[in-house]
Parts: sequence; C-alpha cells; structure tokens
Amino acid sequence: MVEPERPDPDALLRRLQAEERRDARAKLKIFFGFAPGVGKTYRMLQVARELKAQGRDVLVGVVETHGRKETAALLEGLEVLPRRQIEYRGHTLHEFDLDAALARRPALILLDELAHTNPEGSRHGKRFRDVLELLDAGIDVFATVNVQHIESLNDVIAQITHVRVRETVPDALLERADEIELVDISPEQLLQRLEEGKVYLPDQARVAASRFFQRGNLLALRELALRHTAEYVESDVQEYREEHDVSETWPSSERVLVSVSASPASAKLVRAAKRMAAGLRAPWVAAYVETSSRAPLGDRDAQRLEVNLRLAESLGASVIRLSGADVAGPLLAYARRHNATRLIVGKPTHARWRDRLRGSLLDAVVRGSGNIEVHVISGDPEREGEERETASDRQNQPLRSYAFAALLVTVTTALGFAARGLYSAPDLGMLYLVAVAIAAFRFGRGPSLLAAFLSVGAYDFFFVPPYLTMIVHDTRNVLTFVMMFLVSVFLSTLTTRLRRQEQDAIVREERATALHALSRDLGALLDPGQSADVVARHAADSFRAAAFVLTPNLRGELAVIATAPRDLTLGPTDLGVAEWTFAHGRLAGLGTETLPGARVVCGELRVGPVSSGVIALAPQSGQGLRADERSLFEALCRQAAFAFERARLSEQARVSGIRAKTEELRSSLLSTLSHDLRTPLAVVTGAATALRDDADLPVATRRELIDTICEETERQERLIANLLDITRLETGGLSPRREWVPVDELVGAALTRLEQKLSGRKVQVDVAGDFPLLWVDPVLMQQVFINLFENAAKYTPSECVIEVQASSSSDALQVAVADRGPGIPAGEEEHLFEKFVRGSHPQISGVGLGLAICRGIVEAHGGIITAENRAGGGALFRVRLPLPEETPPDLDAKDD
Amino acid sequence: MRRFLRASLTSHGFRLIEAANAREAVTLATSHMPEVILLDLGLPDQDGVELTRQLREWSRVPIIVLSARGREADKVLALDAGADDYLTKPFGVSELLARIRVALRHAQAVEGTAGEALVQIDDLRIDLAQRHVHVGEREVHLTPIEYRLLALLAKHQGKVLTYRQLLQEVWGPGHVAHTHYLRVRMAELRKKLEREPARPLWLLTEQGVGYRLRAS
Repeated sequence: MVEPERPDPDALLRRLQAEERRDARAKLKIFFGFAPGVGKTYRMLQVARELKAQGRDVLVGVVETHGRKETAALLEGLEVLPRRQIEYRGHTLHEFDLDAALARRPALILLDELAHTNPEGSRHGKRFRDVLELLDAGIDVFATVNVQHIESLNDVIAQITHVRVRETVPDALLERADEIELVDISPEQLLQRLEEGKVYLPDQARVAASRFFQRGNLLALRELALRHTAEYVESDVQEYREEHDVSETWPSSERVLVSVSASPASAKLVRAAKRMAAGLRAPWVAAYVETSSRAPLGDRDAQRLEVNLRLAESLGASVIRLSGADVAGPLLAYARRHNATRLIVGKPTHARWRDRLRGSLLDAVVRGSGNIEVHVISGDPEREGEERETASDRQNQPLRSYAFAALLVTVTTALGFAARGLYSAPDLGMLYLVAVAIAAFRFGRGPSLLAAFLSVGAYDFFFVPPYLTMIVHDTRNVLTFVMMFLVSVFLSTLTTRLRRQEQDAIVREERATALHALSRDLGALLDPGQSADVVARHAADSFRAAAFVLTPNLRGELAVIATAPRDLTLGPTDLGVAEWTFAHGRLAGLGTETLPGARVVCGELRVGPVSSGVIALAPQSGQGLRADERSLFEALCRQAAFAFERARLSEQARVSGIRAKTEELRSSLLSTLSHDLRTPLAVVTGAATALRDDADLPVATRRELIDTICEETERQERLIANLLDITRLETGGLSPRREWVPVDELVGAALTRLEQKLSGRKVQVDVAGDFPLLWVDPVLMQQVFINLFENAAKYTPSECVIEVQASSSSDALQVAVADRGPGIPAGEEEHLFEKFVRGSHPQISGVGLGLAICRGIVEAHGGIITAENRAGGGALFRVRLPLPEETPPDLDAKDD
Repeated sequence: MRRFLRASLTSHGFRLIEAANAREAVTLATSHMPEVILLDLGLPDQDGVELTRQLREWSRVPIIVLSARGREADKVLALDAGADDYLTKPFGVSELLARIRVALRHAQAVEGTAGEALVQIDDLRIDLAQRHVHVGEREVHLTPIEYRLLALLAKHQGKVLTYRQLLQEVWGPGHVAHTHYLRVRMAELRKKLEREPARPLWLLTEQGVGYRLRAS
C-alpha cells in the first residue's frame, strides 16, 4: 500500500509566510519589451486607466510621451506628479520627484524607464532604487524596461548588437516583480513604426540606433525577451507547484560558486554564474580571495573589485571574502564546506610561463576540485590589455630606494676594487650577491632587480676580463650573471611576500586593536551620551574623518548627540543621508550607491530588530571608504550598537526598578490612607450616631462626644490638606510666586495659625536685625513653618520651648527651628523627609507627609532642608535658601 | 453645606434665603434684599467672582465669600471685586457668626455716620479722631504711613483688607504691586504695638490675601 504523500510542514509554513508577505508588501508590475517603440508605455497607461476607472488612486510619476499623440491622449485624466528641476552642468533637468511621490502616497505610481540613471545630487543613482524605496513605503509600482537593460543579459546583447548598454537593471529587481507583462509586436511592425517616425530616438542616438534597429538584431532581442519572460513565468509555475503541493519538484541541491577578482573580465564571469544559477534554480555565491602572496590592491583595482562584487550582489549572489596564501586553497575549502556543486573560474589571460613559474590557479583548482564541476569561462577580450595595478608599484617604493640600491652596488664595487688583489673574480661576484640580497631585503623587488642588473654590469665591467669593457669571453661568467639575477629575483620575491604578510598582519592588528580599544573604552559605560562620545572619538581616529553619532529623539527624528572633533554640525543633505540609512538599514552616502554625492558615509547601529541610531563619517580625504575600511566601519557600527543596546536595556531595568519602588510606595500609601482616613471617620460616625440615637446621654458625655467629633474632623482636614499639597508638589504644578517677605511675618502668621495647638507653649524667635527680606512664595513658605512648628508641638512635651533663629551667611539665608525634645532617632535624619515616613512614635498620629511637603517647597525655592540632633539634646531643622540675586526695590523715602 | 448653614444660623435667629445657583441668587437678592450674602465661590453655573462683581453693581449689601484652602488667588479676586470678607472651609459656627456680625456692623456704620472714632481691642486703643494710639497707658508714636495703615485697618476692624486695597489707600494707585512696602511697614507696626511681634495678637496676617485687625 502506498501512503499518500503528506505535505511537508516546512513547505506549508513557507507558503503561508510567502503568501502573507506577498499580501502585505507593495506590488511591482513590469512592462517588458524587447526594444524601444514596442508600446510599453502605451500599454502601461492603458492598464493604469482601467485601474483608475475602478477607483484606484493612480499617480503618474514619470511618463515620457516623446511627443506621441496616442500616448499623450492616454495621460489625460490621470494625475501627473510635477517634476523636480535640477540644475546640472548648465542644463535644467526635469526629474522624477521621489520625496513628493512619497509624501503624496498614492496607491499606485507609474514610472517609465526603470534603467534610467538619475543625475548627480539625486537621492539614488538609479531610478530602480527609487522604485525599491517606493515599494518599501508600501506603494505599488508600474514600470517599463527593455530587455537590453537586464544586467545578466548585458554581455549577450552587446555581442548581438555591438552596442553596449550602460544603464542596467539588476535581475533581482525582475525577480522581485510580482507580475511581468511582455509587450510584444513583430519586428516588421516595429520597423514600420520606426519608418513612420512613431519611435522616439534622441538625435545623438540615431547613428547607433540605425545599427541597433536591424531585423536580425530585433529578432534576436525578441527571442531573448520572450525567453526571459518565459523563465519568469516558469518560476511562477514552480512557485505555484510548491505552494499547492504538486510534487516532483526540482532538486535544489545545486550551488554555484564564482571566483571574482579585480579584473574587469570578472564581470562577465559574474553574469555567466547568474545565468547558470538561474537555469539551475540554485543559490549562488561570489567569492573574492585575498592572497597574502600578492600585493594589496591599488585604489583603482579595489574600486573595480567593488564594482564586480556589487554587480554580483545586485544579481542576487551572496558575496563573501576569503583570505589565504593562494586563491585555489580557500576557494575549494569554501566550496566543500558549503556543498557548492559548480565552480566558475576565469580563463587565464596571461602568458604560460607565469603559470610555470608561479603555479596556475586553474590547474590547482581543477586538481583539487574532486567532484565539483569546474567551469572555465573566458574573459572579455577587448579589455584584456589593462594591466593589473598594485599598490606597491606606485607608492611603496620611492625613488630613494632605487638610489640606495644603486649606492649599495657602487659601495660593493669600491670594496671589490680594493680587495681585487686578494680574491679571484668569482669570489668578488659573491660580494655582489650579498649586495643584491641586502637590496632585496631592505627595498623590495624593484630596487633589488635594479641592484642585480647594476651588479651584473659592474661585475662584468670591473672584474671580468677584459676589464673596463662589457665584453664577456668566458662562458662560465655568463652562468654567474644568470645565477646572480635569479638569486636576486627569488630573494626579492620572498622578502616582498614576507613584508606583505607582515603588513597585512599589521593592518589586521590595527583593526583588531581599534575594535578592542573601542570595546574597552565603551566598557561598562551605561550612559548613552558618554558612549556616543567614545564611539565618535574612535570612529574619527580609525578613519581619519569627522565622526557624528545620531540617535532618534522622542519624536523619532534623528539628532546629533556626539561629534568628534567636538561641536561640529551636520548639513541638511548629510542629515538626509543619515535618515535614509536609519530608515533602510543600509550603508549610504559618499562612495556608496545611495546618495553618493554626500559629504558623509553613514552606517546604522543595529542589534537584531533594534536600531539605535546612525554613525556618519566625513572622511578628511573626501573619498569613500575602501573595502577593508568598510568592513571595519561595519564592525565598529555593530560594536557601538551593542553598547547602545546595553545602555538601553540597563535604562529599562532602572526604570522598571523605579516602577517597582513606586508600586511599593503606592501600596504603602494605600494602606496608610485606608487606615488614617477611616479612623477619624469611624470615630465621628460613632460619636454622631450616639448623639442622634441616645437621647438620655448625660450632658458631660454629650460634650465629650462633640469635642471628639471636632477634633477628628480637624485631623481629617489636616490630612486631606497635606495630601493635596503633596500631590500638587509631585505633579510639578507648583511654581513659587515669589515676593519680598520679612521672615518674622512668615513665622508670626504660622504661629497664629497654630494658636490652639501651641496654646501656652513658649516660642522664642531670634531674628538678626539686619536679616534681609526673603524672596519666596509667602503662602508656601508659611506652610513650611506651620509644618515644622506642628511637628515640634507634636513630638515634644508641652513645656518644651520652640526656638526660631534666622541668620545669614555669605552664600545663604538660614532659618532654623529647634527644640529640646527627645530628638531624632539616630540614622533617621535623612529618611524623615521621605513620604509616609514618621518618626518612631507609634502613639502619635499622622501619615508622615509634613516634612516631605517641607522638602518639596524648600527645594522648589532652590534651597535645602536638613534635620539633625542638637548638641545637648533636641532636634534642629535647618531651612537654607540661596541669597536672592536681586535686592528688593528701596522703600520710597517720602513714605515717612 | 447649606443644611449646616441653615441649622446653625436659624438657631441663632437669622432668617435664611437659599439659592442653588448664581441666576437664582441674583433674582432672590433683588426680590428679598438680604442684609448679608454668603457666597460659595464654587457655583455650578457661574464664576463666583463674576457674581460678586455683578451684585456690587447695584448693591452695597455685605458679601462674605466661602472658599476652600489653597485658593488664595480666588479670595483676593473676590475681595478686590467687592466682597467684604471671606471664610476658609471648613470653618466653625462661631467663626461664621463673628464674621457676619462684623459685616453687619460695618454695613450699619456706612449707612450711618463715619463710624466709631475709637477702636479698642484688649489694651490697644486707637483714637481715630485725635490720631492717638495707645497700648495700655503708653502712647505709641507712629510715622504718618504707619498711622494711615493702622487707621485703615481700624476703620475696617475685623475685616480682611487685601494687599491691593491697603496699598492703594495708603501709598496710592501707583504702588499696588509693591507688597513688600506693606509687609515691611506691617512688621514695624507690630514691633511697636505687639507684645510678641512674632506671635501677633492684633495685627493678623492672612497669608497670600492681606491683613486684618482682630475684632474686639
């Protein structure tokens, strides 16, 4: 019995996720043609009109009518986005306005010419990047493109038409398209339209176009376009099959690996790999191997390598960088480790002897490949002439080294000349060998070769008979020359390689040290501001650049929080780059594909889904980052991101700690309140009901009950007043309304208010005669004294004197309230001012708000309040207020 | 609140007319011509200060304002708008009765002659006709400003006078913002008159509102 195949749960999950993603994300539809003039724009407008008629919000971003009436007629009734004007080299260009489109947020936007290159100063170098941003923003896009603009077909089409198209669109974009509609007419029809003048061609393109628009070319292009579309259709079918559980799917075990170098020919390898991978439906990887045996790349080569790797990336490859002693080893090791089934390498273009001498990459790869299929693809012949340029050829060996090498040979010759009588000529030849070895060791390959050359000449001239001529009689001497030369070549090669490895090691060391230093300095820093400073400083040091750290503020707008050197500002353009990076999570700015015209390059600070900000670098050189610097920059961004994330988490922990404490406080408040508010109410209710219900109560008892009611309600009133005060203080709704007040009035009014409570108690007020007026809110400050006196009355025996002293010093005014009571329990001096804290006197009522209110009021005046035990017993409360900045206006002299 | 007022005032022989809101209050005040108006500042339909101003347009009837603690600004507004006195809630019956008595006395004084020429509290004696001030047997010498201040408080004995009212009467309308003139003179006056200036018995501070000379 055959069990029916059950759907793979993973496949099901994938399908659900894919469907979800497809529903959620914006749709891209591409109108695809094989040549200009087939009617892509026309078709696109037709479809758009239909949708508009159905009520979709359609906006025309850019549509070129090229003066065609039929096309222009279709535009009528559609909303057209105004173009942005850009001044560029004396011309005014009318370009697509991405920001306006994003601000307008239509449901669907139309964009002609996907492969269009935007002028300098635009956000993105290419229009297809605008499209990606629109899609990211959730806007559906209709776009048109011709087959010759497809990246992976670029070479093939150049071969067919002999016209190389510079404006290309990555294949990944077509794969991203949800729908591709082929707009097709027969080549004959197209040629006829061309004759009728219905195909727009710019003047300067007419010559090229006449070559382009030939029947043979058009047939080939049409075939390519049809095939390409068919491929996408097929991949749709494939997806459908997978989604709907049709078995018998492709084995997806294939994996393509392509070796990329700085050679311009590599671009062709990359495209070939893309086609192969697409054909196999296999993932593919582009690998660059950095070898220590070869010189590091010069600027131009590094750029070319970047171009090649970027091309691979845009075609959908994952890009990796490997390093090792040679190319073959790491490449094969990677291929095995990741189960690559096919390996694509370039056909060697150099002379055969170099392989003999250095070993051939191809040979090594083929030999070591085992069961990996190796594909060898020829480079682009027309560009083969360009020589590889290395950094060492240009900079590392100044003329001085060559001069030193020559000097070395001269000195050797002089020595040899002096020792001529003692030794035979071959022995003297050894002397030159030493010179060559030293030159090789000290100055590298060029100077050592010069030294070898000069040595051979000098040796021949001075020491080989016939002397002082360049003629050689003895064939044995020829052997000596050859040997000398070979030794110098070997030695210099060896030492150069060693030096390079050393330099590599130094660079790596520096990088590691830089990162290590950063992580050390970030250390346990938990303050985002400080971390940002450290990050900015390190970034500035590591890249010789001005560095900016930006983080989003509360409104989500990026703001610079640290710069190195200090106090720099970021222009609006550069801020725009940072915002773009923050929104899209990719490197942007100077030297990258997005906004390359900016002064800065920006990297995002991201850990997982959390983006904490952006680092912007403005290199002093004004140049973009090299590949190695870029990876260092990314590492730095990562590390900084971790630091910020750590800070954020610890802040979160702190806040939740505070919240827990608040919670605790709240529950203690609730329990206190429920007790202290209910007790007086209970007493009042009890007394009042007794008075109401029991008519036979003796007069004395009635009197007592009534007194109880009065006392308890008064207590309740105090409590509520305190609660209101503390609430007002805590919600920050308290700003002192200051006036000039004599301190005796405050004290006096407070004592009057407490007249009943203080009845019979002695209060001794001692205010210095020259004590100035206080610049305070009289109502609030009076409350401070009321609370202090009330406490003194509450916690000390009634025969105790309350003392008030006012004194001024050079920096503060002090009013002290003191008593000779039991004093403050040791250790409670500071806690007293916290809310709901009461002195350890359980028998005394109150919720412990009085002193908290005092502190709140005094602090609102910029002062401090402290408590201490007096020498000789008793408590002392000090209110210290800062000296007022002004003096009260003089009293009018005519007053008196 | 009204129930408490009704109970305590009727038992002391007052007749009460009750209004639930400002509109009713205006109607009842015109039809019944009460001798004193007790006005709670927290009215359901109108600002109490506004109502005070409205009543003052046509009536000199004493108005006593009732308000909660901590609303000093409201009290000052009401007093400056023409209210005669205020009481802070919660208050006791005796306090309420005392204020009503003061208000009634002043109302009669205004109707009649220029008021009493001699004010006596405990052993403080202010002779408004002779411009003499005595504490016990001792005559106290005051500066003209101090005397004007004391005399003003004495004429309105028992009533609170706002800073603004005092400044305007004593110093003139140009000085109504200079409260510290007043505070300093007040402090000097206490030093000259009170036995314990820091615990005044006669010259009382209504913090945030003004001053009051204690009723006899």
